[in-house]
Amino acid sequence: MTSPDAGVETEVELVELDLPAKPEVVAVARLVVGALAAADPMFSEDRAADLRLAVSEACTNAIQAQRSRSNGSTVIEPINLRFELTPGCIAVTVEDHGGGFDPGELTTHPNITDPERLHHEGGLGIPLLQFLTDDLEFKATEEGTVVAMTFLSRADDGFEH
Amino acid sequence: MDLRIDVAEHGDWSVLQIRGEIDIATAPRLREQLISLVNDQRYQLVVDMEAVEFIDSTGLGVLIGALKRVRAHDGDLQVVLTNTRILKVFEITQLDTIFRISPTLDAVVAG
Repeated sequence: MTSPDAGVETEVELVELDLPAKPEVVAVARLVVGALAAADPMFSEDRAADLRLAVSEACTNAIQAQRSRSNGSTVIEPINLRFELTPGCIAVTVEDHGGGFDPGELTTHPNITDPERLHHEGGLGIPLLQFLTDDLEFKATEEGTVVAMTFLSRADDGFEH
Repeated sequence: MDLRIDVAEHGDWSVLQIRGEIDIATAPRLREQLISLVNDQRYQLVVDMEAVEFIDSTGLGVLIGALKRVRAHDGDLQVVLTNTRILKVFEITQLDTIFRISPTLDAVVAG
């Protein structure tokens, strides 16, 4: 597969995998995306760590959505991961069949310094995704949600230590 | 990747030394351990994360829940951490503003 880029065709490598919607497989997803990032010399180890974290967050959301919809069914559909690799860019989609998710309808949590924030253990995943990705989109499908994330290799990690 | 949790007493502090990765698969064990300590009236907790290789928002949520529980008893939960990648997760989420993070256990005990 190729994609036109200013008249120069750049090869796009595709990797796809279906994983059972089980908590144990999130580590597998991290392992895969970490290996894919490591195979691109433009991605630093720190940027690869960003990908591992973001994919972990997206898979966690997908698994939670899917399992909440299973209603005790013994058959749980897999989640689908798709990676598009071009030099210096990795696009990842994570698709679930969890019935849909609208980030605009998420509960707004108190500011992190507000003592009331301690009453909410959740609500950190989406801000992490927003920080770690260069582009982030949630798409509703008939059966669930696709989280589309784009990661560029960055000269720095966008964060001052 | 498995998660290993060892608990030791260090003066007034109960220290949880954690090894491995904290995510949706392993965070429930950490939550159980922290709740067990609070149920045993241990309200001064240190989570030593020097050997933690990965944490995501599920793991952070567990720490938030534990902090709420110990503060309800005028206790505290502090973190030992120097790994810059793990520190970055605390910084992005601004949790470094609500958890006291120290480079060593001695620094925690010294106050």
